[in-house]
Amino acid sequence: MSNDIRIKKGLDIKLKGAAEKATEKAILSNFFSIRLEDFHGVIPKMIVKVGKKVKAGTSVFYNKTSENVKFASPVSGEIIEIVRGEKRKILAIKIKADKEQVYHENDNINLETANTETIKAHLLASGCWSFIKQRPYDVIANPDKAPKAIFISGFASAPLAANLNYVLQGKEAELQAAVTALGKLTEGKVHISVGKHGNSPFDNLNGITLHNVSGPHPSGNVGTQINKIDPVNKGEVVWTVNAQDLVIIGELLLTGKFNAERIVALVGSSVEKPRYFVTKIGSEVATMIYDYGIAKDANARIISGNVLSGKQIQPDGYLDYYSNTITIIPEGDDYEFFGWTTPVFNKVSTTRALTFSWMLPKKNFNLNTNTNGEHRAFVVTGGYEEVFPLDIFPLQILKSCMYKDLDEMEALGMYEVAPEDFALTEFVCVSKQPHQEIIRKGLDLMIKEIG
Amino acid sequence: MGLKRSLHNLKEKYRGTKMAPAFGAFHTFLYLPNITTKGGTHIKGADDLKRTMNTVILALIPCLIFGMFNTGYQHHLEFGDIQAVSGSFFSSEFWTMDNFMVGFWKIIPLVAISYGVGLGIEFVFATINNHEVEEGYLVTGMLVPLIVPVDIPLWMLTVAIVFGVIIGKEVFGGTGMNILNPALTIRAFLFFAYPTWMSGDKVWIEGAVERDNLIAAGQNLDAISGETVLGSLAQNNDVGYSLMDMFYGFIPGSVGETSTLLILLGGLFLIFTKIGSWRIMLSSVIGALLMGLIFNQIADAGIISEGSKFYGLMNTTFWHHLLIGGFAFGVVYMATDPVTASQTNKGKWIYGFLIGFISIMIRVFNPAYPEGVMLAILLMNVFAPTIDHYIVQGNVKKRMKRLKAKTA
Repeated sequence: MSNDIRIKKGLDIKLKGAAEKATEKAILSNFFSIRLEDFHGVIPKMIVKVGKKVKAGTSVFYNKTSENVKFASPVSGEIIEIVRGEKRKILAIKIKADKEQVYHENDNINLETANTETIKAHLLASGCWSFIKQRPYDVIANPDKAPKAIFISGFASAPLAANLNYVLQGKEAELQAAVTALGKLTEGKVHISVGKHGNSPFDNLNGITLHNVSGPHPSGNVGTQINKIDPVNKGEVVWTVNAQDLVIIGELLLTGKFNAERIVALVGSSVEKPRYFVTKIGSEVATMIYDYGIAKDANARIISGNVLSGKQIQPDGYLDYYSNTITIIPEGDDYEFFGWTTPVFNKVSTTRALTFSWMLPKKNFNLNTNTNGEHRAFVVTGGYEEVFPLDIFPLQILKSCMYKDLDEMEALGMYEVAPEDFALTEFVCVSKQPHQEIIRKGLDLMIKEIG
Repeated sequence: MGLKRSLHNLKEKYRGTKMAPAFGAFHTFLYLPNITTKGGTHIKGADDLKRTMNTVILALIPCLIFGMFNTGYQHHLEFGDIQAVSGSFFSSEFWTMDNFMVGFWKIIPLVAISYGVGLGIEFVFATINNHEVEEGYLVTGMLVPLIVPVDIPLWMLTVAIVFGVIIGKEVFGGTGMNILNPALTIRAFLFFAYPTWMSGDKVWIEGAVERDNLIAAGQNLDAISGETVLGSLAQNNDVGYSLMDMFYGFIPGSVGETSTLLILLGGLFLIFTKIGSWRIMLSSVIGALLMGLIFNQIADAGIISEGSKFYGLMNTTFWHHLLIGGFAFGVVYMATDPVTASQTNKGKWIYGFLIGFISIMIRVFNPAYPEGVMLAILLMNVFAPTIDHYIVQGNVKKRMKRLKAKTA
């Protein structure tokens, strides 16, 4: 069996504002925030109170439904506020950072000799378990169920995504430590997929099965890779970890310290000089977006993440827990005269209905946030299949989620998908339906009813 | 104050009121709305439903304009005013202002009634149910005038449209939810409720029915008749038209259905813009050719003798079927309606093939009404979900087999 995967269906959305390969250290953020919405399905129980001083890596809360999964503070400092919403639901935990960072010392373990239980306990206690997610359901992994395999995507194909070959340079030691440890947590393989371009830091690691993937986005989505390599069947579990999070896990295993540092790409057509920053999880985005970035009062959409699956944040918002990109694009809140009949040259389209992006394959587009039409029922067919490479019927599975037929959802493959797999179908959707939200609600229903 | 600003202020004023859907329909006709993305992807593709519908309407315009010329041409030809065309598509006998004006004044009221009544009903339903006026009727409204005989009384058309839009579409939930093609539902209603108006040899020529009534009233005038090609074949008569006439469309028939050339160009345009499914169009043609071949074999083998009432149509060379009747129009514009067709790509092959196959079968075997496309498409509309079900089951079974192989 060849380890090469060719993805034929998909769409590369070329946007203006890709990051130049130049990294600078971001201004030190005074405040950090752990946003609970980043951890879907987690009900937090606080370990520390407001006013308590914590070190970087100290556990701050745990998951009520899985008590040994602990979540760590990214920095050392003082817990200044627990932001609550309706019904006292915890929305965010704000930390005022120390000028000099102190790290919580975790036990050191010997990677070579440690067994599954030791490594698992170590990752759980240190706060690194939050980086391990599972399919089905795309939530933080349940530590009690062993996965049949672990998947890591070593390249990103989303529009303007950070170049992983660049940001992971020099981190081979941490990556190796992380994959060795993860390899012990499963009876199966650790699959790592890399793209065609350039040398990947993953190329020479031991104990992994390397796959070469080519083709348009969503070839870089781990969901696509899972579907092509070893799809998830009913009753099985696979775990996935983001490539950059492997570095944090590896550093913890090697040094005992939880170093929440990340290299983040500031991208988008609204940014004056798109480039990379060294910053930490949960830092204020204001430390990065104004310096050769956007103006203070710009009418722009700031996204923690990429344009397809990221979350909208305000200028005084914080970098979310998993993203390594901040995308800023113009808001499209204006009207267009006869916008539905005029020929279109400046927007991306998968049809040729008086749209001409098919004639401009190399053009980088400056897209804004206008929906380009109103929300309608599903009408056109055949368009989603063009950008959806998984072996699943996209329209039928979306509809089954909408009318909540659990048996049909299961039969059509809901155990295999995550919302981000439907980002492209949502982009091309003529009816402007919220595909990712539909899938997320479907997955949540299945968690509730099937478990 | 600019138009954009004043409309924006009006929209805010009407938000949440009963006027909102109706105003929204006019506003979004003039301006792409200013809504930005919320949750999900932050950017969206350039295509929306209005653009999709607009592309189909553009593909129909040539048939509409040709239909206007053809109505006038057939009228003047039968009334003895002009000579038949010389053979080339750009014949000067055909493309005259006289011909156009006759057709224009007959067809524009049909288009006006179609859009007026149909959209009126859509507006009413949108206001009652408090949702936006949806774009489904934009295409149906253009199809309906093209599939009726030119002299149809306007009141008859109105009744049919009311029936088709309410029973054929709105009661199911509006655009995207209907099972049967709305334009064909309207046509079927006309056929079953007013059958003498939909067939025979008088209704296809402008003024022929009126002439008949005058003759019956005692006036001494020549009778006019414009038998369609299908009608002649169904009666085992000779067809008075050449193949090129049939291809170009210089024959009597429904307003927009005659010109295979323009329909073909419209179909290619729809395939190029990726709005119309090439799978459905191609498989329909294959299905029709196959059925035509089978019938030709039966006629050649002598199973049906020359005296049989089926002979004329069975003996029609199999590929001629693509040029006559409403087959080409139905396949390109109505079978490809995405809501009522099969939704899976594999299903579209089966769906299209059966449409072509059954169209020719009904055409040949039904002497009372030699046009099978409408009935074949409606029948397959009903079966499209079944076809899809079996295709999707194939994927489901593959998944279960994979699970079994793992646990074995």
